[in-house]
This record gives sequence, C-alpha cells and structure tokens, in this order.
Amino acid sequence: MSLAQHLPALQVVLPLISAPLAVLLRRGAVAFAIVTAAAWTAFAIAIALWLQVAADGAISYHIGNWQPPWGIEYRIDRLNSFVLVLVSGIAAVVLPYSRASVEREIPRESHYLFYAMLGLCFTGLLGITITGDAFNLFVFLEISSLSTYVLIALGRDRRALTASYQYLIMGSIGATFIVIAIGLLYLMTGTLNLADMATKLAAIKSTRPVLAALAFFTVGVSLKAAIFPLHQWLPNAYTYAPSAVTALVAATATKVTLYALIRFYFTIFGESMVFKSLPLPEIMLVLSLFAMLVANFVAIFQTNLKRLFAYSSVGQIGYITLGLSFDSVHGLAASIMHLVNHGIAKGGIFLLIGAIVATLTTRQGMPPAPTFDRLAGLAKQMPLTCFGIVIGGFSLIGVPGTAGFITKWHLILAAIEKDQWWLVGAILISSLLAVTYVWRFVEVAYFRAPPAGSAPRGEATYALLIPAYVLIAATIWFGIDTSFTVDTALDAAQLLMHNSR
Amino acid sequence: MTITELSPGLTLIVGSLLIPLLRGRARSVYLVLLPLLGLVHLAQLSTGEFGVLHFLGLQLVTLRVDRWSMLFGWIFMIAALISAIYALHLRTALQTTAGFAYAGSAIGAVFAGDLMTLFIFWELTAVTSVLLVWAGGTASAYRAGMRYLIVQITSGMLLFFGAVIQFKATGSLAFDHIGLDAPGGWLFFIAFGIKCAFPLLHTWLQDAYPEASEVGTVFLSAFTTKLAIYALARGFSGTELLIPIGAIMTAFPIFFAVIENDLRKVLAYSLNNQLGFMVVGIGIGTELSLNGTAAHAFTHIIYKALLFMSMGAVLYRVGTVKGSELGGLYKSMPLTTVFCIIGAASISGFPLFSGFVSKSMILSAAGQGAYLITWVTLLFASAGVFHHSGIKIPYFGFFGHDSGKRCKEAPVNMLVAMGIAAILCVGIGVMPGPLYAMLPYPVVFEPYTASHVLGQLQLLMFSALAFSILMWTRIYPPELRAVNLDVDWLWRVAFPSAWRYGVGLWESLLASAASVLAAKSANICSLVARHRQADGLLIRSWPTRSMAMWVMVMLLAYLLVYYIGK
Repeated sequence: MSLAQHLPALQVVLPLISAPLAVLLRRGAVAFAIVTAAAWTAFAIAIALWLQVAADGAISYHIGNWQPPWGIEYRIDRLNSFVLVLVSGIAAVVLPYSRASVEREIPRESHYLFYAMLGLCFTGLLGITITGDAFNLFVFLEISSLSTYVLIALGRDRRALTASYQYLIMGSIGATFIVIAIGLLYLMTGTLNLADMATKLAAIKSTRPVLAALAFFTVGVSLKAAIFPLHQWLPNAYTYAPSAVTALVAATATKVTLYALIRFYFTIFGESMVFKSLPLPEIMLVLSLFAMLVANFVAIFQTNLKRLFAYSSVGQIGYITLGLSFDSVHGLAASIMHLVNHGIAKGGIFLLIGAIVATLTTRQGMPPAPTFDRLAGLAKQMPLTCFGIVIGGFSLIGVPGTAGFITKWHLILAAIEKDQWWLVGAILISSLLAVTYVWRFVEVAYFRAPPAGSAPRGEATYALLIPAYVLIAATIWFGIDTSFTVDTALDAAQLLMHNSR
Repeated sequence: MTITELSPGLTLIVGSLLIPLLRGRARSVYLVLLPLLGLVHLAQLSTGEFGVLHFLGLQLVTLRVDRWSMLFGWIFMIAALISAIYALHLRTALQTTAGFAYAGSAIGAVFAGDLMTLFIFWELTAVTSVLLVWAGGTASAYRAGMRYLIVQITSGMLLFFGAVIQFKATGSLAFDHIGLDAPGGWLFFIAFGIKCAFPLLHTWLQDAYPEASEVGTVFLSAFTTKLAIYALARGFSGTELLIPIGAIMTAFPIFFAVIENDLRKVLAYSLNNQLGFMVVGIGIGTELSLNGTAAHAFTHIIYKALLFMSMGAVLYRVGTVKGSELGGLYKSMPLTTVFCIIGAASISGFPLFSGFVSKSMILSAAGQGAYLITWVTLLFASAGVFHHSGIKIPYFGFFGHDSGKRCKEAPVNMLVAMGIAAILCVGIGVMPGPLYAMLPYPVVFEPYTASHVLGQLQLLMFSALAFSILMWTRIYPPELRAVNLDVDWLWRVAFPSAWRYGVGLWESLLASAASVLAAKSANICSLVARHRQADGLLIRSWPTRSMAMWVMVMLLAYLLVYYIGK
C-alpha cells in the first residue's frame, strides 16, 4: 500500500501526534513549528483528498484494515472533503498568525500548551468531519470541545474563565445529548457505522426511540452549533478568548457541527423522515428567521467589536439553517457553500480585530478590549487593518463581488423556487441590519476623531496582516470565481438529496 | 482577453487605485494621463458584445458597444478629463481617487449589456460618489451624504429586485427595452426615476450636491443623473408617462431656483430642470426626440460642469456662493466671469451655443408630435432657465451690487478646465455636425433655421425683459439668507412629526387605559436605549441556568412535536 492510500488516516493522525509532541518538547518556538507543520501538511492532504474525491468519487478507508461495520471507517465524499479543506485551511492560516498574537496575549510559560491545545482542537474538528463512525464522531467532538474550553480560558481577561466555564457546562449538556442520541440509535440498530446504521434504520424509522434520538441529536447539535435560541454561550466565549482562538473557533467549530447536522439528517435519518413527515422545516425556518433578525439586531448595539461580530455569527448561522429548511437542492447547496463563505470572512475579520488588539497592547500590559471608544479614528493609524475589516463586513452584508453575495444569491433563488417571496424580504432586512452594524465600525474608525491624549499607533505588523489578508483575499476570490465553492456545494447537495430519498 | 474586450470603465476604476500611491508632480501628470488613456481605450472599441462572463449560471455581458453606449462613454470620459484638470490643485488623493472610481463605475454601467452588471456598477457609483459629498468636510455634508447614500442604495435594491423578477419570468438578464408592463417594470422605472431625480424623488440632489466640495460637485453633476437618463432611454423610450413627468420636472424647479440664495443650489435646481427636457425626449420616443435627449445629455454635461466649475472657483476663492454676499467679482475674476457667461448662454440656449442645437431638437419633437401642453411647458421652462441660470447666476455672482470682495483669479488648472469646457460649448454650438454624427439615429435636423433662431431669441428677450422689469420695480425676490423648504420637508420633518404625533396619541391612549399598561408604553427607542445599558437585554450575558432552561424547552418541544407529528 502506498502512502497516498493512507491519506485519510494521516489527515487526522499527523495533527493528533503534533499535540503531545508539543507538550513533550516544552518550548514555545518548537511547539509552534511542529503544530504549524502539522496544520500545513493537513491542508495539503485535504486538498489532495478533495481532488481525489472530485475525480474518482467517495473514498472509504478502513482503519487497521478492519472491515466495516465492525472496524472504524473513514468515509470521504464531496461534502466532507469540502469541510476538511475549510478546517485545515483556516488552521494553516491561523497558526502562523498566532505566533505574533500570542506573544502579547498569553504568558510565555504556557505557550507550548497553547499550541498543543490548538493542535488538538483542529484534530478533533478534522476527525468529526472525516469519520464514518458515530461513536468516533462523538469522541472527536469531545476532543475538540475540551481543547476549546482550555483555549478560551487562556484569554487574559478574567471574564474568559467564566465564559469558558459556562461554555463547558453548555457544551457538556450538548455532548451528553448527542451521546444519548447515538446510544439510542445503537440500541435500535446494533451498529455504529453511519452507512450501516442508515440502511438498518430504514425499516424502523417511525419508532419512538428513533424519534427521541432525532430530538436529542437536534438539540445537542443546536447547542454546539449555536443555533438560535441556544446560542447564548457564544458571544462571551468569542469575546474573551485569545484573538487567534476566536478566529479559529468562529471560522470552523460551528461549521463542523453544522456539517454533522447535515450528515445525520440526510445520510442517516434520511431527508424524507426529517423533513417530510415531521414539521421540522417549519420550526427550522422560524428559528432561522429569529437568528437572522434578532441576533443581527442585537449585534448593532454592542460596544465591543468582537462581541458585535460574535452576534453577527449567530445571524449568519441563521442563513445556513434557513438554507436547510428549504429542503431543496438549491437551499442545501446554499447552506453548504456558506460554511466556507462565512468561515473565511469571519475568520479574516477576527484575525484583523486581533491585529488591532495586539497593536493596542503595550509591552507586558493587559490586552485591551476592542471597544468602540478605543477604535475612534483608527483608520488613519491602521488603514490596512480597518480596510480589511470593511471588506470582510461587505461579505457579511452580501455585497456583490464578495463571497457572502454568492450565498445570498443562492438563498434568494431557493426562496423564489419555493415561491416564498416574503423570505426574500426577510433576507433583505437582515442584510440591512448587517449594513448597520458594519457601518457602526466604519463611522467610528473613519469619521470620529481619535480620543484626546491617545498615543499615535502604527499599522499592525505584517506577521499579523498577511495571514488575515489571505482570508480577506479569499473572500473576494470566492466572490468572483465560484468554481470551488458553488460546484462542490451543488454536487454535494445533489448527492445528499439523491441518496436520502 | 485584449483591451478591446474590457470595459473602459475598468481602466478608470483600476487606474484610480494608483492615485494614492503617487505624490506631487507625478500624480498631476497621472491625473491627466488616465482619462486620456481612457479616451484612447474608447477609440479602440468596435461595435458588438464583448467580455462575456459566466457567473452563477448567468451570462453577463460586461461590454456592449453600440451608438448609445459609445455616445455616453465619450461624454463621460470627457467629463472625467475636465474634472480631473479642475481638481489638480488638490493636495489630498481622496477626492480624485473617488472621482475617477465614480466616473469609471458610471462608464462601466453605460457599457453593461445585462442587468446584473448594470446593478453592480449602479451601486458602485453610489458608494464612490458619496465620498465626494463627504469630502465637503462639514457635519451637514456628512448627514446629507448619509441621506444621499440611503436613497442611492435604495434605487440599487429596486433595480436588483427588478432584475431578479425579470430573470424569473423570462430567464434572461439582457438589458434591452423594458417598458412598464414587463415583469418588474415598475421596479426598474422607480429605480431609474430615483437616480434621475423625478419630481418628489428629487430632493437628494439639491440636498447633497451643494454640500460637496468645489471639486466634488463638478464630478457629481456629470454622472449619476445622466446615467439614469441613459438607462431610461434604453429601457423606457416611448413610455407616455414620462412626458408629463418630464414636463413637471422642467417647470417646478424654476420657482425654487428663483428664490434660492445659495447659487450652487440654484444650479442644482436647474440641473433638475434640464433633466426634465431629456425625460420628455425619452417619453416622446421618436428618433428625433431620442436624438435630442442624447445630444442634450452630451451638451448639458459640459455646460453644467462649466457653471459648477465657475461657482466652485468662486467658492474656492471667496469662501461662499450665497447670492446675498457676492457681487462685483468680475473685477477680480474676469476670466471666470467670461466662462460663466458662456456656460449661462449655453444652458439658456442662445444660438451659436451648445444648448441651442440640442434643446431645439426636443422642442421640435414635442411640437411635431402635437403635445401642445408639453410644448408650452417646455417653452415656459426655457424662459425660466434663462432667467435663473442665464441671468441670475452671472448677475448676482459677478455683477449686481458690489459686495466689495476682492480676491485672486481662479487657479490656472481651474481656468484651463473651464476653458476646455467653454471651447466645447461654443464649438458644438457653431458646428453641431460632429455631435449629430455621433447620435444614435441618423439626423435630419437643421438647427439654424430662421424660425428656430427667431423664436428662441424672442423667448430669451422676453425673459430678459421680465427680469429687468422685476429688478427695476424691485418686485424681484430679494436674495434673503433664508432656507427654502422643498418636499424633502415631508420626508425629513412632516412624516417624522406625524409619526411622533401618532406614537404620542397611541401612548396617551394606552396611558388612559390602565396605569400598568402606561408604564410599559414607552416607545421603542427608549426601550432600546435602556436595554443597551450595561445590564440591558441587548448587552448582558445570559446566566447558565437560563441557557440550560432553554435547552430543556427545546428538547421538550422537539420531543412533543415528534411524538405528535408522527
């Protein structure tokens, strides 16, 4: 067997090894080098897998050569190869950035722990995405969640600890619900392999334990994915975490759980059960609208820039669930492409906010919160950083030429396809709310005079700007060349809908 | 893809991004070279559809070259050149960068062959041009810019929805004749109408343009509204409704212009009036009238820019353009005075000036088509134009009672820009042949017939007579330091007060109903204000127990729904 055939295993194993190595070597710089190398390799592997799946169709990899359904199977198709590229790509960008950012935000002696946790975090996310085994999925979910709690708690603000603790409690409830759901499914089918489970479930779809499993799974994932109204842990967690962590988690963690939701709904429970015989589309539609309108509205009134964009994330997740609720190929495709389109824009924005925080931090001082009174007149001092945030904001609004527009366009098409014209209006209103909160930043940064007595600041260092601009440039790129996002998403959506009917 | 397949708008937009990187003389040279490069680019184009892109399964035509788009492409590029020269004295790069990006967007929109491309450039003109309004630098310019932006973006959104509806109904995004009965026709009509400053939708123009800097207004006056004229001519030629709309547009600004004191505002009103002529031409929809509209847009851009430039020069040197504070400036700024008079003669339609050869086409078309009331209105409007733009602007600015203000002549670059515009005004007036050759349809029209010339002169003489008599008898409204109310009073004062009144009424009703209710009837603003305090609903973090409760609520809800829904 050649190395290329083991790529699916290496995708997870390499980052997984990098974390203990980082701990053993106990040196910040070495740990950084190891985890960064692991992330870049993972990104290369993910692209290779994506190309392979695009050319030859789905890959099934049997760990240790144990045949499924007894052994653990890694199964890669159009959908998760796409998410793998997102997760590993964001990790590959965030890690080089984290070096300059962590210098200012985290005490030197815990640097190696930080990198180890970062490695574990995206290992877990990659594992959730790639695995074809229900219990394996739960284990990886826990790996990523536990490391995320630690990463958030590393924030210098004392509120980071409470935010992390709260997230830990809520995340544990969510994980418990998910494991209950998986247990119930195991009870009913006697298998943990997802594909096997799907075939065995077909006969017993409307039994009560299966329905209960669906309910537990939906609520558990809604919690982890911050689907309205179970999003309340998210704003604090994003706000007080170190900047690099916020960017990584915001761009990938919720997206991966949403992927798990799509996987379970369409591959395991089946579209006809989830959407046709149960009133789930209606519930999902209402919750999505609330997320789009309420969370975006609340975002307008935040005084902390990180918190503002955290609420905007809840609104954007509303777009993803809105696409799901249409129960059509176009709607599903819009959801899938928004995983990436939103991930890169939000990741870029949080990286740039991190650059602001790092630049405002004095040597040995506490990193200040990016509140609006500190940002007044910042565009004169940090023109590139502020301009990047505005471009990212354009994508959140859905301005043509940015990735966000591509999603909006497909969402609108999906809404029109269902003759739901009023939804077009709702999407428009939520875009206007997005205009308002992005405008708040523009007004403060570009039109206000800097606070009196503030020391003049220079532009952020290139070590911070370049990774952030990679994501901002990707936002523009995927707004113009949509062959990667739209084609993959449409393919994946068609396969999912076809297989689950 | 060669240069002939790229929109010339992109030349300006991409080129504009380099402006902030250059300094001093290099920037000045570049500012003049860039529009010249654009003119060369235009000259290379050949008729047809190019730059076809496939995007999201749609076919986008980014470059459609025909007689309509070429004519507007030329005049927009010339306007960009003149404005750039006029802006050479500026030390900062913001206004020229925004101005070129704005001109490039307008040109890109003119060459757009489909509605999606049109929409993108349409919105780009809005965001780039608002920077010019804000460059005015005052607090009122900032607020006027915000209002301007909201109006312009609204127009873009309507256009977008019109495009979506048309695409849904016909499967095509092509931008051809639309008409009111087409799917989404009214959305397009209002979208274009907002940008074209139709009556009641016009207030953004008088609101924003006079707030911009002296350079900004020159850029602004050229592109946005003429882009709308172009879009209307493509999409709604021969739509009868446009005739009364245009006629009203020509007439009503005259009254406002006569009593207005801010001379740039007077010009903004007369801009509106001139657009009215073009709208009437589109509404009539014959080859003669459409030619008239195209020709009038061409000449109008030049003489309007000339007038705004002369007032801008006054603003730059004196610091105000209030009629009541000016006068006697011809002694200090003789060249600017001459240029202003040439612009005034052109807008008034004096024979041998550019306005005459284009406006008479529209008037003749109205006369031939037996639109008597329209024709009379247009005649009245022509007289009015002469009155407020032809006489009032030069008279109060440069002659009139001597204000005692003495200043230097305008900077050389301004004089050069005004000189070029003035030469074009006279040149087109004397030799209309080259312009006529560029028009969309073959021209069989002779402007210099005895009846045209005599008729126009009569009209102008009577108007001058009226002005003289009014001044002599002191009936003419004195130039007061007053603010005149337009219908934007409705949007900005009346509706909000009515709303507040309504809310107040509602509150008092509730208060009388029950004291408990009354306590909660505070209006939504104060509610929001209260909840954005530290522990308000919008700001506070949720305690863990309430999150856990929501989890239970959701789980129970799902279980119930599933069990029952099964």
